[in-house]
Amino acid sequence: MKKIFALLMIIFSSSLWADVKLLNVSYDPTREFYQEINTAFAKYWKAKTGEVVTVNQSHGGSGKQARAIIDGLDADVATLALAYDIDAISDKSGLLPSNWQSRLPNNSAPYTSTIVFLVKKGNPKGIKDWDDLVKPGISVITPNPKTSGGARWNYLAAWGYALKKYGNDPAARDFVAKLYKNVPVLDSGARGSTITFVERGIGDVLVGWENEAFLANNELGKDKFEIVVPSVSILAEPPVAVIDKNVAKHKTSDVAKAYLDYLYSEEGQEIAAKNYFRPRLATVAAKYSKIFPSINLFTVDELFGGWKKAQKTHFDDGGTFDQIYQPGTTKR
Amino acid sequence: MKITKFHPEYFSGQKNVLPGFHLTLGLTLIYLCLMVLIPISLLFLKTAGQSWQQFWETVSSPRVVASYSLSFGASLAAASINSVFGLLLAWVLVRYPFPGRGIVDMIVDLPFALPTAVAGIALTTVYAENGVLGKWLAPLGIKTAFTPLGIVIALTFVGLPFVVRTVQPVLEDLDRDMEEAAACLGATRWKTFRRILFPAILPALSTGFAMAFARAVGEYGSVVFISGNMPMKTEITPLLIITKLEQYDYIGATSLAVVMLVASFLLLLTINLLQGWQATRHE
Repeated sequence: MKKIFALLMIIFSSSLWADVKLLNVSYDPTREFYQEINTAFAKYWKAKTGEVVTVNQSHGGSGKQARAIIDGLDADVATLALAYDIDAISDKSGLLPSNWQSRLPNNSAPYTSTIVFLVKKGNPKGIKDWDDLVKPGISVITPNPKTSGGARWNYLAAWGYALKKYGNDPAARDFVAKLYKNVPVLDSGARGSTITFVERGIGDVLVGWENEAFLANNELGKDKFEIVVPSVSILAEPPVAVIDKNVAKHKTSDVAKAYLDYLYSEEGQEIAAKNYFRPRLATVAAKYSKIFPSINLFTVDELFGGWKKAQKTHFDDGGTFDQIYQPGTTKR
Repeated sequence: MKITKFHPEYFSGQKNVLPGFHLTLGLTLIYLCLMVLIPISLLFLKTAGQSWQQFWETVSSPRVVASYSLSFGASLAAASINSVFGLLLAWVLVRYPFPGRGIVDMIVDLPFALPTAVAGIALTTVYAENGVLGKWLAPLGIKTAFTPLGIVIALTFVGLPFVVRTVQPVLEDLDRDMEEAAACLGATRWKTFRRILFPAILPALSTGFAMAFARAVGEYGSVVFISGNMPMKTEITPLLIITKLEQYDYIGATSLAVVMLVASFLLLLTINLLQGWQATRHE
């Protein structure tokens, strides 16, 4: 009886004290990262304000998560794979202003990643750079850019490399078309591709997020794979944003803002680096420079004029990706 | 509501065993509306927000057409395979007592219970070139995972219980006297099956076929893992619906959904009509 009473007390008191709740709607590979952030942030917020904050997480494909928010999922903050998805939330639902990306430093991306290669131990096919991926007989694993946000980064990374090398779009298109001729399977998501490469043993090289490559390397097949860093790659900037109208409704705008700011703080950056996201803060970046080799990186804004444009030219129906598989189709 | 003017006696000519016709009919209609009709009519409504030409362009592009033939073709193949082997399975389960029959009976339901993504990943693991079965098939030149054949396998898996579960009760109720009488009158085994058994189980079999088919047409979760999703080759229509949603092209997505819905409806209607025709022919 006493025990039950004590238990009830605990439940009751914890529900009393959990006076602030946040919902962070994110994409797939950030699950472990945000678990760590949430615990650390709760501690930080308690010390600072005395308030107990509980951050709930929701994960899924980035586009699917954005649609859920548009359709009414009560997210306080969105932390997605590409700016295009948060743009879509702003365009379709008006839940946040269209200039959302300029409200936080670094394009609203507190941590970054890039696109690297994962190959079998010893690199039997001698894959060093993007040029090796278009060679005949090399089998490349990358997900379908029509369904996967991560795959779009891969696609643009390859395109950007070719653009820098050959200097014009038609040559870049030929390069990317050649690369996709070497792709035997287009999984629907980044994790699916990792499974195809690591578990099924299909393909000579996996193209993907750096953090995902580390994960595959460290947790799925220790000493069976190695990471190859290409000479040039894309700076993947997964953006974060407060969903204004939702936080106004929940009266959580201060804590939501503080939550995102925390991602930029030293502790937040440290946790990001530990989870294989590249930190923005120079001091933390210096500390982890051994893990993250320096690459010549370009951004989507620099080479593609932002995500909205990139999406339209390359990934919408009739875009360059469709043209690879259906020559002759043009953009509607 | 208009329904209150209806009287069941007019339909059946006799009082129903259970009272409360109005109440039950009302509840049924409300239930159907909430669960089925309203969502589906919204689908049509959303699609109607474009011109005919736009609609036609979306649903008749080569890539989409390729996906129809794959989706419907693979579903028909899977439902056919299930009809043959499902019938066989049901027959064995009903007619032959053997140790472990209860367990086999339970296994049949597994595809119902398993999350489809799990089924898809499991099947891909088994049929990939380094998988338990795939590694034996690969030297023979048979590629299963990441080909249309893999899609048929996944769809066969998810549709397996339907035929078994619809045919099984009919087989259980079947009077053995008929078969014995046929045998006494000199009919061969094949003739007995063809003339006595098959007509009796055909309605249930075609229902099972239709259900397995309908399930297969809409299947997404298990297929995307084994199909490889190559444009023009192994893209099923539900995947294209998802790709449209990824572009926030809601109208394009619902357009494809409407085509699938209408096509499935027509196919199911045909099966039902055939069944009705079959029933009257045998009377």
